[in-house]
Amino acid sequence: MSEDLKAAVAAGVLGADEEHRALLQSVVEVARAIFSARASSVFLLDEDADELVFEAVAGEGAESLIGQRIPSSTGIAGWVLVTRQPLVIDDLANDPRHARDVAESTGYVPQGLMCVPLLHEEKALGVLNVLDRASQFTLEEMELLGLFANQAAIGLDLLQRARRAQAVLAESGDPAEALARVASLLEGDNADAGRKLLGALEDVLRPRM
Amino acid sequence: MSSRPLPAWSMPAGRGEDLQLPVEWPAQLTREWAWGDSTGKDVRVCILDSGIDPGHPLVGDLDGAVAVTVLEGDEVEINDDHEGDLCGHGTACAGIVRALAPDCRISSVRVLGAGFTGSGPALLGGLRWAVEQGFDVINMSLSTTKRQFAGILHELADTAYFRKTVLVASAHNMPVESYPWRFSSVISVGSHEEPDPLVYYYNPNPPVEFFARGLDVEVAWLAGGKLRVTGNSFATPHMSGICALVLGKHRELTPFQLKSVLYLTSGNVGGGR
Repeated sequence: MSEDLKAAVAAGVLGADEEHRALLQSVVEVARAIFSARASSVFLLDEDADELVFEAVAGEGAESLIGQRIPSSTGIAGWVLVTRQPLVIDDLANDPRHARDVAESTGYVPQGLMCVPLLHEEKALGVLNVLDRASQFTLEEMELLGLFANQAAIGLDLLQRARRAQAVLAESGDPAEALARVASLLEGDNADAGRKLLGALEDVLRPRM
Repeated sequence: MSSRPLPAWSMPAGRGEDLQLPVEWPAQLTREWAWGDSTGKDVRVCILDSGIDPGHPLVGDLDGAVAVTVLEGDEVEINDDHEGDLCGHGTACAGIVRALAPDCRISSVRVLGAGFTGSGPALLGGLRWAVEQGFDVINMSLSTTKRQFAGILHELADTAYFRKTVLVASAHNMPVESYPWRFSSVISVGSHEEPDPLVYYYNPNPPVEFFARGLDVEVAWLAGGKLRVTGNSFATPHMSGICALVLGKHRELTPFQLKSVLYLTSGNVGGGR
């Protein structure tokens, strides 16, 4: 592996955590804006714990609840994650159990909920909620929601890989060992996309003549 | 020469009379012929989903309810389900089927609750069990994006098809590859925006084959309640209910014939006559 590539990996993952948080915040802000919604929030899957983690909220909501965990396969969010299908529910207050669950993560009881999975390639990364949209729902909006969730998932997937690489680099002071471990992350299903990411970083960071 | 056919897949000479169809198809197939006066009586419909709220007034009695438990090594176990519905979605689907086909027999196979990591094996195990039970209709609003499961799901879908079990599966609402709805041996369903539960359309641009009611549907939900919902996952039980109506009147139809009936009675083909 070239010195340039090593530098590119090291530079590319710097600040990945801040970027990750900024991207998540941007996702919920944009989702809220697209649908003129009262709030939007995102839960990401923690694969090791097999739980969904409340990561970001825009609009009305309780930021203090960020970090809250819920089961990964029950309730509305769990159904959406497992089935990989979006769900749109109105009159949510008629479902006291779930209204309470949602309220606990947003600080208020919404009437309407759109919940969509964040999918990238084979992976399900989490779910995005849009609460109390302004307009009457149409199937066109469902498609828009799906397209937006797709775009958000692509960005999140890239940043999550960078975060993992950062964690690996942080674990080891030896650059060669660290690079080997980063390279090992590129095996399996992620290999092609990972190589492209590293290639792009190399292109960006290579000194221009 | 023996009168028994050879164990091969060709039609033995002179045995055309054995291939007489038990149903006389009319020159012009109508909805009246397809399901007129049918209530879906005794058609066995399986809801493969989040479970079903027991005793919900819009669902009524269940034929049975089981849950899939995922063990070590991704082995699965099927046990009686005493949890009911862990989301509300399965109850919603059951209520839609019941409203269309009031005398059908509904069973629940719960594949939710095994955690996200157990969801793939639970889906496969639940579907395999349901196919083995010989249900007439299996309603599944679930899909997986995992390619490692695609081959097994394809085999299960084909097995169901050849055993005369109709698999009705939700098309994905999003532009992603997922299974089993893309397989041609299932009936795949997307949504239209019209409020009539008996309006459905054939899609000449597959992979989605039919569009049924999926926008702003009032459905049964947890604790005997009701909600309004939207999504392909609610269009799917509309087609399952219509399948139950047709099979209630014409029990002998194969999935191919049933799909043909649905095609010929679609709003954009037979015009819903």
